[in-house]
Amino acid sequence: MSGTAIVDLGTGNLRSVARALAHEVPGETPAITRDPAVIGRAARVVLPGQGAIGTWMAALADAGLRRAVDAALAGRPVLGICLGLEALYSFSDEDGGVPCLGLLAGRVRRFTGADPGARKVPHMGWNRVRQSRPHPLWRGIEDGARFYFVHSYYAAAERDDEIFGRTDYGLTFTSAAGRGNFFAVQFHPEKSRAAGLRLLRNFSAWDGAR
Amino acid sequence: MTLASRVIPCLDVDAGRVVKGVRFVDLVDAGDPVAVARRYDAEGADEIVFLDITASSDGRGAMLDVVSRTADQVFIPLTAGGGVRTLDDIHRMLDAGADKVTINTAAVDNPALVSDASRHFGAQCIVVAIDAKRANGGFGVFTHGGRRDAGIDALAWAARMEDCGAGELLLTSMDRDGTGDGFDLALLRAVTGRVTIPVIASGGAGRPADLAAAILEGGADAVLAAGIFHFGKFTIAEVKTVMRESGIEVM
Repeated sequence: MSGTAIVDLGTGNLRSVARALAHEVPGETPAITRDPAVIGRAARVVLPGQGAIGTWMAALADAGLRRAVDAALAGRPVLGICLGLEALYSFSDEDGGVPCLGLLAGRVRRFTGADPGARKVPHMGWNRVRQSRPHPLWRGIEDGARFYFVHSYYAAAERDDEIFGRTDYGLTFTSAAGRGNFFAVQFHPEKSRAAGLRLLRNFSAWDGAR
Repeated sequence: MTLASRVIPCLDVDAGRVVKGVRFVDLVDAGDPVAVARRYDAEGADEIVFLDITASSDGRGAMLDVVSRTADQVFIPLTAGGGVRTLDDIHRMLDAGADKVTINTAAVDNPALVSDASRHFGAQCIVVAIDAKRANGGFGVFTHGGRRDAGIDALAWAARMEDCGAGELLLTSMDRDGTGDGFDLALLRAVTGRVTIPVIASGGAGRPADLAAAILEGGADAVLAAGIFHFGKFTIAEVKTVMRESGIEVM
């Protein structure tokens, strides 16, 4: 197995992730793909996505693709980005309710805009991520560094040991989460300048162990 | 509040070249949008906006190339707009590497384009640009670079675009644009008080204090400026220092 597969579920700026990886990791030419065979051969897998999670989960319903992604999540290094974080939880309130992968404990809720300090939805821009526990993907990144966010839904995580980063936007939400060989972020490392590029470089060097 | 207020330089691009005389003494080619975008990235821009002002249709492809080459080298959000009329136009911009696309005149001509685009690509990448001008004691929407009165109230239009699924508004005061006299704070207050999506203030930035006022008094989430940066009057870092000293959270 070799290389990085960026799973194409039809939403989000997949090429940005590929470009950032190619820029940051010498010799890296990630495949943007929905081919189960290519995903099956990849040493590491990125699950990016933006927009509607219902559409995203529907694209993942293809049996062969789902098996390939499940296999990656079961043992190889996987990085979820934005919807790729939300989808790891059991359920999202988006689109009237969407069952998700259920690998992490918690559910995905919408920002209500009720908080005076966070009236604007989507949460858009550069916000701080407090690293709640160490992880190889945080290596070389300052605790509290800012990353670029754009999302209207957030993960309300239930298990503290699955939370790796927290961000304040009216309420405090889980901006980085994971377990074992998978790690996911609500922000966009591919659009977060040096800190984001460093996280992608860390991912490309990660063996999937804590 | 730990979300930073954004400072966004805007580049007008004509057939693939920067217009409005960007002056950087040490840039070999100050007309190259990619070189200028890299400079702004290095200075700490929070996003970059490219606005295609190419009049002829044969020059339009150049914009896609500019976006694509920038996205290969600059890893912050890129917004592109100008002449966007169809879902295909939006798709091409996003595919080239834009994170967001602005829709202006086409939204006025066909508001369904905004709802279709939002459903299709996600609200997060659909920015509706509103060119507003004081008229009849209120604010009117203008199109075609501010030359044509659309006969629509700007506040009602902002609310309608939010309902259609715009993820963000780029609000330009045509009265202030290019004057350097400061943003139209009354316009900003009126719009930011009306919608719950982020609003980018544009038109009138002359001094760093103007950008701070747009945030503190106008309620804007981001400020966009062109001349103040292009002519080397102030760097992005200098502007952010003034904003920070005013108590604004910046990156």
